Amino acid sequence: MRSLIFWRRKTAEIKQDPAPSKLKYRMQRWMLTPGIRLGLRIGVPFCLVAVLGSAYMANEVRRDALRSFVAEMRQTIRNRPEFMVNMIAIDGAGGDLADDIREVASLRFPVSSFDLDVDLIRDVIVTLDPVKSATVRIRSGGVLQVDVIEREPALVWRSHQGLALLDETGAHVAELGHRSLHSGLPLIAGNGADAHVEEAMQLYSVARPLGQRLRGLVRVGERRWDVVLDRGQRIMLPAKNPASALERVIAVSEVRDLLERDIAAVDMRLAARATVRMNNTAVQEWWRIRQMNEGG
Amino acid sequence: MTDLYQSQRAMRQMRRQSMQRGVVAVLDVGSSKIACLVLRFDGSSRLSEDNSIGSLAGQSGFRVIGAATTRSRGVQFGEITAMQETERAIRTAVQAAQKMAEVRVDHVIACFSGANPRSYGLDAQVDLQGQVVTENEVARVLAACDVPEYGQGREVLHAQPVNFALDNRSGLSDPRGQLGQSLAVDMHMLTVDAAAVQNLVRCIKRCDLELAGIASSAYASGISALVEDEQELGAACVDMGGGSTSVSVFMKKHMIYTDAVRMGGDHVTSDISMGLGVPTAAAERIKTFCGGVHATGADDRDMIDIGGDTGDWEHDRRTVSRAELIGIMRPRVEEILEEVRARLDAAGFDQLPSQQIVLTGGSSQIMGLDGLASRILGQQVRLGRPLRVHGLPQSATGPGFSSAVGLSLFAANPQDEWWDFDMPNDRQSGGSIRRAVRWFKDNW
Repeated sequence: MRSLIFWRRKTAEIKQDPAPSKLKYRMQRWMLTPGIRLGLRIGVPFCLVAVLGSAYMANEVRRDALRSFVAEMRQTIRNRPEFMVNMIAIDGAGGDLADDIREVASLRFPVSSFDLDVDLIRDVIVTLDPVKSATVRIRSGGVLQVDVIEREPALVWRSHQGLALLDETGAHVAELGHRSLHSGLPLIAGNGADAHVEEAMQLYSVARPLGQRLRGLVRVGERRWDVVLDRGQRIMLPAKNPASALERVIAVSEVRDLLERDIAAVDMRLAARATVRMNNTAVQEWWRIRQMNEGG
Repeated sequence: MTDLYQSQRAMRQMRRQSMQRGVVAVLDVGSSKIACLVLRFDGSSRLSEDNSIGSLAGQSGFRVIGAATTRSRGVQFGEITAMQETERAIRTAVQAAQKMAEVRVDHVIACFSGANPRSYGLDAQVDLQGQVVTENEVARVLAACDVPEYGQGREVLHAQPVNFALDNRSGLSDPRGQLGQSLAVDMHMLTVDAAAVQNLVRCIKRCDLELAGIASSAYASGISALVEDEQELGAACVDMGGGSTSVSVFMKKHMIYTDAVRMGGDHVTSDISMGLGVPTAAAERIKTFCGGVHATGADDRDMIDIGGDTGDWEHDRRTVSRAELIGIMRPRVEEILEEVRARLDAAGFDQLPSQQIVLTGGSSQIMGLDGLASRILGQQVRLGRPLRVHGLPQSATGPGFSSAVGLSLFAANPQDEWWDFDMPNDRQSGGSIRRAVRWFKDNW
């Protein structure tokens, strides 16, 4: 029991005199130094993480495993149902055009919205002829919403390739199998006519008084317009300022019934010298009447 | 002398460094306790323009961020007698204060009370070389002071110019820039035993701390316990510590006299211990809880259980009346105060215009001391507590901490000392030749 008592007394003495040992004192002072504190709080954890991280990464197998894990994780997140696009909704396009859009977008649903490049899809859709403009976005509920504004066909263009529909800017809208499908639309013909649709539209509006007699406009020599009427009549317009020339012809025709007469063409190519070409029978008749009048 | 000048200047430099770093520790090495305050300096600690202390009593520049006290070991009469023990005690106090402050302190300003302080009044007069009093002139007049033989093993602790006189105008605190013919200075020099100072310096060095200043605790407690008026008009501060009672006399905000009585509260305790036959710790406890110096009729019936744990029932159940305890304490306290009276008389304290005496220090908390002191020391006696400083914990506001608090005020606003002025030019190079020339000029 002696040792126990001794031990107890010793602890009591220590309690009375709580002086820190020199080492403890230095340690405490050391730990209160700002640099050391900063190093312990930031530097040591940083180094530890760096060492452990690089030790883990030193192995090729682990590196690959980590990489594949990351890829897998990413794939899982991409394939979550919240991010999936299940259908395409196309607004503002007719049946054929919608089919075409589906075809060019060439999407296989369901697809993750991370994999969809909306801008690219929009660019592809806009390259379609009947599409004037399009907006593509991913709507909530996993729907790829495509809003399309179609081109309105304004003219029928007859060329060597066949009939084509053009809009008011001259852009190609669609091939046309038969003229009667769009009998209400004005007709133009000739090479390069599609580049001057605006002028043609203007001429059509001027030529409205001609009514049913107007058959169409022909682009001649990729330079100027001819107005073709029924009975084979033509009004040959100059390359420059064709609308005013046509107005003049119409005005003369209304006063003098020029186009009702048996003439083949009105040549307005030279503005200073408008020429009327008559048909053969009319010429014969005219000669006969003159002879009759001279003789009489 | 030059050696001391250099070492004191080095300490001043250290103090300036620590002020720049912003943290300094103040260490009061007493006989019964060691107190450590950690100060943080933030902002300027300049006095206001009229050189008064100002609304925040001149301590707006610092804040106490750590305070710790520990029982002193190995210190007797305010001198270190067992260096290992004292070092351990200093370490304890510094560690606890650092822990509270959560900052590491490297610089320490220390004070101690013992080591036989002795005051000297020096004076000197020189003729000015020019008309204007410059720094160099001040340094020259300080250097011209006739230093007395203060003994081999002693060292100068303070040497403060307390008064300047220009021609026949006296009482100047700062003569620089003024015009005159001759400049005279009165200086107060305090010497202590060199061995005690060296022991303290060594102790602090061994705790990995740098000494940034050293002061007499009489001076420090005078700074904090005397109010500004008392310092200005003249007062004596009696710091009754554990092992020694130090006396400092202030006049015009300068300390003009210091002395110490090598008796204190520990002697009262040992008297009780011997008189009642109890261990010192028990005697200390009885003194603190039941002690007093004025016996009344009720004290005869007031029995104090003095206890003990010997196992002997009779011995452990001893009681003593409070009157007996007072009978033991009173002669010793009277002796201390008589001794203080003798020292003050020797210093000519009764010649001062104001006779105010302020009692402070841990032993001044003895009940009824002020009544006893006024019978021995004179009518104008009061008990003093240290100034309030920012951040000082409540536990450190008692009179026992007046020297620690005073030392922190001293750290913030040190008084100009001799070594704060540059060495005069003629001392530095070719001094002897020039002095010879001057001697010739003066004598022929």
